[in-house]
Amino acid sequence: MKQLAVISGKGGCGKTTLTAAFASLAKDAVLADCDVDAADLPLVLTPGVLEKEDSSGLELASIDPERCTGCGRCLEACRFGAVLENFTINPYSCEGCAVCTVACPENAVSMAPRVSGQAVSSITRFGPMAHGELGIGEEASGKLVTLVRKKARDLAETYAKELVIIDGPPGTGCPVMAAITGADLVLLLTEPTVSGLYDLKRAVELTQHFRIPAAACINRSDLNEKKSREIELFCEEAGVPVLAKLPYADVPTRAMLREETVIEYASLVGDKDVVEFANLIRELWTRLETRLSEISWSKGSPKALEIKKF
Amino acid sequence: MKVAIASGKGGTGKTTVAVNLALSLGGVHLLDCDVEEPNCNLFLGLELEKLEYVTCQVPEIDPEKCTLCGKCADFCRYNALAALPSRVLVFPALCHGCGGCGLVCTEGAVREKPGILGILESARSDSSLEFSRGVLNVGEAAATPLIRALQRHIDNSRPAIIDSPPGVACPVLAVIGAADYCVLVTESTPFGFHDFRLALEAVKALKVPFGVVLNRDGLGDSRVEEFCGAKGIPILLRIPDDRRIAQLYSEGIPFVEEMPEWKEKFAGMFSAIRAIMESGEGTE
Repeated sequence: MKQLAVISGKGGCGKTTLTAAFASLAKDAVLADCDVDAADLPLVLTPGVLEKEDSSGLELASIDPERCTGCGRCLEACRFGAVLENFTINPYSCEGCAVCTVACPENAVSMAPRVSGQAVSSITRFGPMAHGELGIGEEASGKLVTLVRKKARDLAETYAKELVIIDGPPGTGCPVMAAITGADLVLLLTEPTVSGLYDLKRAVELTQHFRIPAAACINRSDLNEKKSREIELFCEEAGVPVLAKLPYADVPTRAMLREETVIEYASLVGDKDVVEFANLIRELWTRLETRLSEISWSKGSPKALEIKKF
Repeated sequence: MKVAIASGKGGTGKTTVAVNLALSLGGVHLLDCDVEEPNCNLFLGLELEKLEYVTCQVPEIDPEKCTLCGKCADFCRYNALAALPSRVLVFPALCHGCGGCGLVCTEGAVREKPGILGILESARSDSSLEFSRGVLNVGEAAATPLIRALQRHIDNSRPAIIDSPPGVACPVLAVIGAADYCVLVTESTPFGFHDFRLALEAVKALKVPFGVVLNRDGLGDSRVEEFCGAKGIPILLRIPDDRRIAQLYSEGIPFVEEMPEWKEKFAGMFSAIRAIMESGEGTE
């Protein structure tokens, strides 16, 4: 099984639009919406839910007022400012480290599990999908991302699918790392704006940090041709091939309003601009499929060498 | 008064609103708390200087004293320590710096040393705008400690405009929770509306008064407007879906500089927020 992750650093570059379009093009794929803060793929793919699993985040401390003598040692020991002056716990600050349980001489502090969100398995018109629903303000969204990816792999096994397509979260922090670790290929989506380029650079750094092969796609490329060339130049230097350049268009929004992928929309309306847009995505998808097949080949070869040694 | 600029969905225009609002007002402190993608200064081009490095106390195991009992690794909730038969491994990127390993070690084998999470910077004092930002090191997971450290540098003598990260997780709540008012930036598309409602739940949970900026107005449909109308949520400003604004953005030019008539609109929005705050309304 192979895993393709779509990320962008900057939000709003079109990750979900592209992932949804890939869903209608891929023959044998499971989808994983790993933007657990705000999962938007279900809005287009309207899934039928199979099951939900709670994701336990970090634990939460609680102080037993019967036992607490107010000595203040927990307050001193907590480095997150989660113990309040009245010896209650601020749940938004508590990181579940349990230092307070050690600091308390009265055994008044205990840790309780807390559910940070749910991983949802479902079936869509394009096949199985997993997505996450993070509770508002919860931490450990990386943990939920990991659970969503596990669900996706389980679905791939159950339904004998060869590919998992991951719709990643924005940024470069914990949830993004959880979304790309172990992926075979990362598609970096960008746009020709100063922030698009800056965030692309950080995202490339991240893929290099994890040693994951990456390719790029420039969305809204004709918004600023000069910046677009700058991005191409950067990608060339970084060894990241640019697989497609999509135009600045309202096609994705029009498709989204009808709860359709760009590919479905194109086959239904047949307008020239829509069909052209969809065809560019088709070409991109073909190139990605080729790359995925090449990558698994080169990944396999060092293993083969190792075996030869024995 | 501290005003946070937030949104559930990424790429809806938080940075655009924060930067253009700050430039329209003048005399404010702009803070970029989107430490994973700190983009404000791409539009300001200010010369920055270091305020401080933000560190996390990461353990270091003294092999002379360590008896390999494994208590530290058992205690660590973040899997930042692993006790092997011959030594204890430390994974600094997973460490939250709680200090628990040092507390449970009976041999005094745990020392702490600062690990750098990121850097806080601010514009030089002779700059046209007071500006500070945090930049998370690539490969570091924890944005929240950096955000909290940056918030300690807020200049309380003037209004603060705070650019928040996207989403509804812990780092976002750290920003909104410390604000007096929250501006939610959204666009009227299915994705925008869905994520807007998630962000709405967050501001309501924190009991921070809020209003809406409708970006790319004209794109999509009228669902945000209808929703806000029905719930009595003020729409503070509408920024049209205008290719010229998008182009200026792509060049890194704040659009109020090329379209100065917008300065008044942003200033008007800020006056409206002030009026709402003074009347004590704004929460649903």
